[in-house]
Amino acid sequence: MEILDQLSSSQQFVLFSALKVAGVFAVLMFIVAYIVLVERKVAAAIQDRVGPNRAGPFGIWQPLADAVKSFLKEDFTPGHVRKVYYWLAPAAVMIPSLVTVAVIPFGSQLGAQRMVIADLNVGVLYTFGIVSLGVYGLVLAGYAANSKYPFIGGLRSSAQMISYEIAMGLSVVPVFLLVGDLNLSRVIAHQAGGWSHWLVFQQPLAFGIFLAAAFAETNRLPFDLPEAEQELAGGYNVEYSSMKFALFFMGEYANMAAAAAMMVTLFFGGWTLPIWGLDQPASSFLGGVLHIGIFLAKLLALMLVFIWVRWMWPRFRYDQLMHLGWKRLLPLALANIVLTATWLWLRA
Amino acid sequence: MGTQLAQYVPVLMLAGVAVVFTGAMLGLSVLLGKRGRRTQVKDTAYECGMIPVGEGTARLSVKFYLVAMLFILFDIAVVFLYPWAVVFRRLVAEPGMAGPVFFGMLGFLGIVLVGYLYAWRKRGLDWRG
Repeated sequence: MEILDQLSSSQQFVLFSALKVAGVFAVLMFIVAYIVLVERKVAAAIQDRVGPNRAGPFGIWQPLADAVKSFLKEDFTPGHVRKVYYWLAPAAVMIPSLVTVAVIPFGSQLGAQRMVIADLNVGVLYTFGIVSLGVYGLVLAGYAANSKYPFIGGLRSSAQMISYEIAMGLSVVPVFLLVGDLNLSRVIAHQAGGWSHWLVFQQPLAFGIFLAAAFAETNRLPFDLPEAEQELAGGYNVEYSSMKFALFFMGEYANMAAAAAMMVTLFFGGWTLPIWGLDQPASSFLGGVLHIGIFLAKLLALMLVFIWVRWMWPRFRYDQLMHLGWKRLLPLALANIVLTATWLWLRA
Repeated sequence: MGTQLAQYVPVLMLAGVAVVFTGAMLGLSVLLGKRGRRTQVKDTAYECGMIPVGEGTARLSVKFYLVAMLFILFDIAVVFLYPWAVVFRRLVAEPGMAGPVFFGMLGFLGIVLVGYLYAWRKRGLDWRG
């Protein structure tokens, strides 16, 4: 602690920021690695199979085995691809999905440090901006491969993601009408003080639209048309192998974690629980750890919903997907905005 | 450096970590990966084992362009809504401001709605024929 006191405030800021970045990154990578195992186990349970059980007890070393396998496979660049884009695409999918989490408050505070990497006042705009960048990776992968299946997969994903981005962007407007701030810490502070303050109960329609759009944005079933195995043989990643293929996979799960974290923050009160005074910033170290635990528990619960839906629902047809996005969710989101604004106006 | 900009330093740090990590994954895979021989079959595009027909980038439906253009139009409308949403609750409570801040945006949304209905009637939102 004495060493800390000797540092200037900006040095301390950089040091603590580095620690938070390292911590969040490590936890995110752990979640990405193990949610794959959880997905395979849940899938097995739903389909009455055993699932991975060879690497360690209950297959807990399976993610490690998968990583080693990906690294040791031949790193092959086919002759017909566009080389520069071919190498850029996996990075363009992976990097935005990791950077999205910067503004999510994952706990109240430990000591004097607030548990968020960057408490930006543009909060949500930052997230949407970075999420939009994710489209480039998939389109680039489809274009780079210079092959038909990836090309169609990349095109489909671009049209799907931009269509649902509008519904997603509109669905959260009522939330900000109620909160009056884009900063995510203040969105959480607004939800403190009772179950009914959680925005999922105040804005169930907004949450429903956001949830549907989140499935589409992360290319998860029932909206996984870009990689529809039965018709596109895997979609945009067909020509990829070894670690480059694994990066697309990890990017998808990191996106899923980021989307779940967004929903926890916007609709489920973030790190708060409206019992035992857990909705106020922690005063002790243990309380701070507990808040991080609450956040992670909510995150895991939502990610399990993502997995559960994948194994319960059939895939949409492409015209049904577009129909739902443009003709159902968009007008619903617009109506929700007008209704919420009218209600606030009448109350004022 | 202002405090506003200093907030973005941790974001850049995270972006740096993400870039280095991704680069390391791609690089390590080249170093550790098994070396294989290049054969003609491996160099052809994958089409479920058939010999590839025609070009890799097929002609694409004009509908993808249409969706992209509609997206830009509506996304800009969404961006206009955000600042309004943030200040709405504060302004609507002030005397004399309720009308402009409420009906002003209602008018804007009305214009967006007219454009939306036009696109719908012109079958711009239909995916099938």
